[in-house]
Amino acid sequence: MIAAGHIYAGPIETWATILTVAATAVTGDVLTAGAMQRIGDLDRIRARSGISGAIRAVASSPMFLLGVLSMAASFFSLLFTLSNVELSLAAPASASLTFLGNAFAARIFLKENVNRRRWLAAFFVCAGVFLLAK
Amino acid sequence: MKHTLTPQRYLILLAVMLSASVGDTLLSHGMSQVGPVSLAHLGLLLVALRNPWVITGIFCLLGFFASYLTALSWADLTFVLPSTAFGYVVVALLSRFWLHEPITLYRWIGILLIVCGVGFVANGPSLTLHESHPTEGPAPADQGAMTGGTQ
Repeated sequence: MIAAGHIYAGPIETWATILTVAATAVTGDVLTAGAMQRIGDLDRIRARSGISGAIRAVASSPMFLLGVLSMAASFFSLLFTLSNVELSLAAPASASLTFLGNAFAARIFLKENVNRRRWLAAFFVCAGVFLLAK
Repeated sequence: MKHTLTPQRYLILLAVMLSASVGDTLLSHGMSQVGPVSLAHLGLLLVALRNPWVITGIFCLLGFFASYLTALSWADLTFVLPSTAFGYVVVALLSRFWLHEPITLYRWIGILLIVCGVGFVANGPSLTLHESHPTEGPAPADQGAMTGGTQ
């Protein structure tokens, strides 16, 4: 159902679009972080090959470019969501889900050591962002 | 193991925290001067690119992306992301004490939760050490921060 005026989408479409925003954002973040993990310390690369060398190293990574593409998809799906779902639900819900999703994805795909401290941080930030946007 | 980042790397994290929120605020201020953009009037976006607030906002967001990528090259995603959330707190505090906007109890609790969340990771290791990490090894000042152990 497409919204017109003050008529918003039903619960299934609402959560499907919010989940799409979060999923594409998590994909973008994980691909970007994975690319930076593979490229290595940018401070070292900049010291060795200058700023242009660092930019070349980043821009020539297909994983990074895919990550940027996912971030762009997330941005446009957020725009689409905002035209169908109330801002006060869409923005905090997608941001909070992104924080939690990133903790899971970083553990599974980036093999990060997401210890108890980081899980607590993800839950606190997730809840904090939700309350802040209320 | 104690977490130690160099002062320069703390500055990069500070840039990650501040540049996104400041950039968003500048863009928002600039776009409020430009007026609403619709699909029928996409040309207005070109007008927006001549607005000094929008231009400064775009430079701030470019700075955010550069510092975010730099931070991701020597720290874990789950270490850097809470820093980006701290930007929300900066904006809320700026709006309270500079723009004198009221902050509800919900928002104060939200601020407190984010500050606690950032505190949890800031005191832990910044990077998970992988055996096949592509760099030649950690920077000397960060060797203590790289650990796979739990806290």
